[in-house]
Amino acid sequence: MTFINYASREINCKIVYYGPGLCGKTTNIQWIHAQADPSKRGKLVSLATETDRTLFFDFMPLDMGVIKGFKVRFHLYTVPGQVFYDASRKLILRGCDGVIFVADSQRARLEANIESIANLATNLKDNGFDIRTIPYVLQLNKRDMPTTAPLHEMETLLRFHGEPMIEAVASRGIGVIESLKACARQILMELQKN
Amino acid sequence: MERAQDQGRILDRPEESAGPSLPLHMRYPLVAMRWPEGVVAKMDLVMFEEEFEQLQEIIGRLQQDSASKVVFLVDKNGQQIAASGDVRSIDATSLASLTAGNVAATDGLAKLIGEKEFSLLFHEGEKDNLHISIVGKRGILVVIFDQSSSLALVRLRVKKASRELQEIFERVEERAQAQASESARFESPFSEITDEDIDKLFGD
Repeated sequence: MTFINYASREINCKIVYYGPGLCGKTTNIQWIHAQADPSKRGKLVSLATETDRTLFFDFMPLDMGVIKGFKVRFHLYTVPGQVFYDASRKLILRGCDGVIFVADSQRARLEANIESIANLATNLKDNGFDIRTIPYVLQLNKRDMPTTAPLHEMETLLRFHGEPMIEAVASRGIGVIESLKACARQILMELQKN
Repeated sequence: MERAQDQGRILDRPEESAGPSLPLHMRYPLVAMRWPEGVVAKMDLVMFEEEFEQLQEIIGRLQQDSASKVVFLVDKNGQQIAASGDVRSIDATSLASLTAGNVAATDGLAKLIGEKEFSLLFHEGEKDNLHISIVGKRGILVVIFDQSSSLALVRLRVKKASRELQEIFERVEERAQAQASESARFESPFSEITDEDIDKLFGD
């Protein structure tokens, strides 16, 4: 839900990082948090288990600057990736403006990626969205791993149509900002249409 | 976090600021929200300054009458709409987001046991307590209070304020539905966003 406050001249957009367990959703947000100017980022809230697995969500507000006289603020959320947290995942998608799907490039995780995208499509539909039309980015994470599946194979399996596809190594920040930017661009262009 | 805490205040009026001007009939739109309602298509909601001031007044009064520290009005998606009291002592953005998460999770629990919703959540702390209640379909009222008030008093005052807030929400919604059927939509100040504008946001 894009929340436009004309009084304080702010636009708030919600971006959700989605993907299978341990694919690097939280790592994406942590990297952004570490790199962002402290005056522009809010607190990174992580609702995680004792072993650092996301239990409910991670959340971080990020001020981006000004566009057409309005301050742009992104609210970044991650979902818990583990299969049995599906009810929580559905809740977090409520009112989102865009989704970054973080795929795990390791061959052994190909099936988990496919399952997670199918799950995303269902949960988006239950929230009144269509995965084919919502601002959406496909991030292929962990490209530095030795057991990585080839790019074209992942593309064939995971890419729907012309959505931006970005190679990433989130732990080193590669492709992280690019993914966020690709998603933000679609969300802001969506505002133009409305 | 200073700006987050300023969200509840009216900082400037559209016609007084340097930003893009709005059509006359939409002179005072305050917040525009697009949100999904179940599987129904997205609907634009616009709240005008007058309505916002009424909301602000109600929660200001609630904060005084219930002798509470802070009162927040947030929407179910985790955005803060208005606030009153000592807001600077609290990270309002995180509070709004976590409250919405909490309410959403409790909503899920209610449905699991066959309830429509739990309209009230209460968290008791050593010093401060949190009273969370649902207003209408979309609003969440958060009251933070300590020993200078009591749960009974907060509940009583929240009940009254909720009714008033709900009336405003209903009015906003009715108008949004009426407008949705009209072809006249208000012109977005973002109709001319360019790729360069977006690049600039990312410092390119």
